Amino acid sequence: MASIPPYAGTLERAWYYGYRLICALIFLFLIGPILVIIPLSFNAEPYFTFTSEMLSFDPAGYSLRWYEDFFTSESWMSSIKNSFLIGIASTLLATVLGTLAALGLSRPQMPFRALIMSILISPMIVPLIISAAGMFFFYSKVNLAQTYLGVILAHTALGIPFVVITVTATLSGFDHSLTRAAASLGAPPSYVFFKVVLPLVTPGVVSGALFAFITSFDEVVVVIFLSGVEQRTIPLQMWAGIREQISPTILAVATLLVAISIVLLTVLELLRRRGARLRGITETV
Amino acid sequence: MAETQTAPEVMTTADGIPLKVSLRRALRRQRILSFLLVAPLLLFIVASFIIPIFEMTMRGVENPQVVNIMPRTVEALQSWDGKDIPDEPVFAALVADLQAGRKSKQIGKVATRLNYEQRGMRSVIMGSARSASRLKEGPYKAAMIKIKKEWGQTRTWALIKRESAPYTLSYLLAAVDAGYDENGDIARVDEKQQIYVPLFERTIWMSITITAICVFLGYPVAYLLANLPLRTSNLLMILVLLPFWTSLLVRTTTWIALLQTQGVLNDLLVWLHIIDNEGRLQMIFNKTGTIVAMTHILLPFMILPLYSVMKTVPPSYMRAARSLGANPLVAFWRVYVPQTVTGIGAGSILVFILSIGYFITPALVGGQSGQLISNLIAYHMQKSLNWGLAGALGFLLLVLVLVLYAIYNRLIGVDKMKMG
Repeated sequence: MASIPPYAGTLERAWYYGYRLICALIFLFLIGPILVIIPLSFNAEPYFTFTSEMLSFDPAGYSLRWYEDFFTSESWMSSIKNSFLIGIASTLLATVLGTLAALGLSRPQMPFRALIMSILISPMIVPLIISAAGMFFFYSKVNLAQTYLGVILAHTALGIPFVVITVTATLSGFDHSLTRAAASLGAPPSYVFFKVVLPLVTPGVVSGALFAFITSFDEVVVVIFLSGVEQRTIPLQMWAGIREQISPTILAVATLLVAISIVLLTVLELLRRRGARLRGITETV
Repeated sequence: MAETQTAPEVMTTADGIPLKVSLRRALRRQRILSFLLVAPLLLFIVASFIIPIFEMTMRGVENPQVVNIMPRTVEALQSWDGKDIPDEPVFAALVADLQAGRKSKQIGKVATRLNYEQRGMRSVIMGSARSASRLKEGPYKAAMIKIKKEWGQTRTWALIKRESAPYTLSYLLAAVDAGYDENGDIARVDEKQQIYVPLFERTIWMSITITAICVFLGYPVAYLLANLPLRTSNLLMILVLLPFWTSLLVRTTTWIALLQTQGVLNDLLVWLHIIDNEGRLQMIFNKTGTIVAMTHILLPFMILPLYSVMKTVPPSYMRAARSLGANPLVAFWRVYVPQTVTGIGAGSILVFILSIGYFITPALVGGQSGQLISNLIAYHMQKSLNWGLAGALGFLLLVLVLVLYAIYNRLIGVDKMKMG
C-alpha cells in the first residue's frame, strides 16, 4: 500500500495511481469548499464569485471591506459577545455536571448504568428540531424563553452527551488500583480525586468541554426557537443573513470561524497526544 | 450477632460485624455515592429535556379545546344519539358556552381546532359566538340554525361530539395523510392532496441517497487513511477533521457560494466553455443542492467510524488471501470488506440518523423540492401554529430515529462511539 512494488504490472500501476487520484478528488470535495471562501471573503465587489481582477491578482480586486463591515457592525459585535457568553457558560455547566456523572457512571457499582447512559445521551440522538420545539414549550412555561439563562440551559443539555461520552471513554482506560493505592497510603477521598483522578482524566474533560463549546457555538435551531432579540448569536445572525439578503460579510465571518475551528482542532490534537503519552502509548511513526 | 459469636467460622471485622454484611454495606454506600454523582445531571436532563420532549409529542394527541371551553355542550351532547338534530337543551348549552367563551376570549381556540377538522368551522363558531351574545332568551334552536345553517346539520354536531374527547387521533391521522370522512370513518386523503406521506418518503429516500454516497466516498478514503504510514495519514486526517470542526453554517454558506447560478462552479464551467452563459446550471435551491451540501457535511461521520474499524483489520489476511491465489479484487471483496461491515453499519446508521432529522441545510439550500420533514415541523411550529400537528409529526420522526438508534446501540454500543 505504502509504495508500489517494482514487479507491479501495468494494470496494477494504473490502479495504484487511479485510486490515489480518486482519493485526492474526495479530499478536494471535503476541503475545497472551505478553502474557496477564504479568498472570496477578500473580494472588493459584493459578489460570491471570483472577479476578473481577483483572478489576475490585481490588488484592486481585493479588499478588507467585508471585514470592516463585520467589525464595525453593532449587531455582529453583540452576536460575538452573545455566542461566547452562552458558549462558555453552557460549557462550564455541561463540563462540571457531565464529568461528575461520568465519574459515577464508570464506577463498577453504578446501578441501571445502560438506562441512565441512554437518557444522558438522548440530546445527541433526538433530532434538533424536536428538541428545539420541546424546549420552546418548556422554557416558555417556566418564563425562561428569550432569556440568556434559558438559552444557556438549553445548550447545556445539548453539550452534555459529548462530555459524558469523552470522559467515560477516558475513564474506561483508567486504572482503579491507582485510587486504591492512594487511599491505602492514607489520602482522603477529596485528595485522591484532585491529585490522582483529575490529572489523569483532564485530557478527556478538556476535549469533552471543547465538543460542548463547539456544539453551543455552532448551534442555531434551538436559538431560533428560544432566543429573543437580545440573545442573537453568530450562527443565528448568519442564518438570518443567508435567508434575508446574503452579503459577503457572511464570507468574512465564515473565514474567521474556519480560523477558530483550526485553533480548536490543533488544541484537540495536542490533547490527544498528551493523553496517549500519559497512558504510556508511544506513537509508532 | 449472637450467631456470629457461636459460629467462629464466619469471618468478622474488627468490631464484630460479619464480613459479608460489612461488604454489603460498603457496596451499598458505593452504589449510593455513584448514584449521587450522576443524580444532578440525570435530574437536569429529565426535567429540561426528556419531559419537554414527551410533552411536545403528547401535544400530538391532546385535545383540550372543546372539552375545556365548551363543557356544557359536551355534557349535553352525551345523551345525543347522533341521528337527528339535537334538542333545545343542547342548543341552550351551546349558547351558554359560546357566550362564556366569547367573554373569556377562549372561543377562538375552539374555532381554530374545529377548523382543522372541517374547513369553514372557524367562521361558523366565531360568527355564532358574536350573534349568540345578543340572544337573551330561548328558544335557541331555531335562532341558532337561523344564524348559521350548519347548526341544522348532523355532521356539525357529530364533529363536536367526536372532538369533545380529551385525546384525539386526528393529528396523528393528519400526519399520515388520513382523516375522518363525513360518516366519521377513517379514510385516506385524496392522492393529489397528500403532503406528509410523500414528504416522509422523500426524507427517507434522500437520507438513503446521502448515506449511500457517503459510503462510496468514505470507504476509499478511510481505506487509504488506515493503510498509509501513520505520519502521512495523520496529516491527511486533518483534511477530514477540519470540515468536521467547521461550523455547519459556514459549510452551508460555501455551497451557496459555489453552486449558485452566478457562483464559482458555474463561472468555471462557462469559462471552460462546457456550458454557455445562458445555460447556467441550477445546482442549488433544489434537491441536488441539499444532497451535495449534506453529503459534504456528513461525510466525516462516515469516514471516522470506518477508519477506526479498518485500523483493526490485520493486513496479513489480505496477504494470505493473495498468496493462496485470490486475485486482488476477490481478496478485497471476500476477505477485506466483510471485516469492515461493522464500520459500514456504524457509519451508515449514524449518517442516516443525522440526515433524517436535518433542518438547517435543507432550509437554506433546499428550495422547494429539497425540504425535509423537519422543515415542515418548523413550519407548523412557527408559521401555521398548528402545534398538535407539529407534535404528531415530531412523534413519528422521533419513533423512526429511536428505532434506528436502538439498532445502532445493539450493533456498536454508544459507549464505543468515537469522536475526533
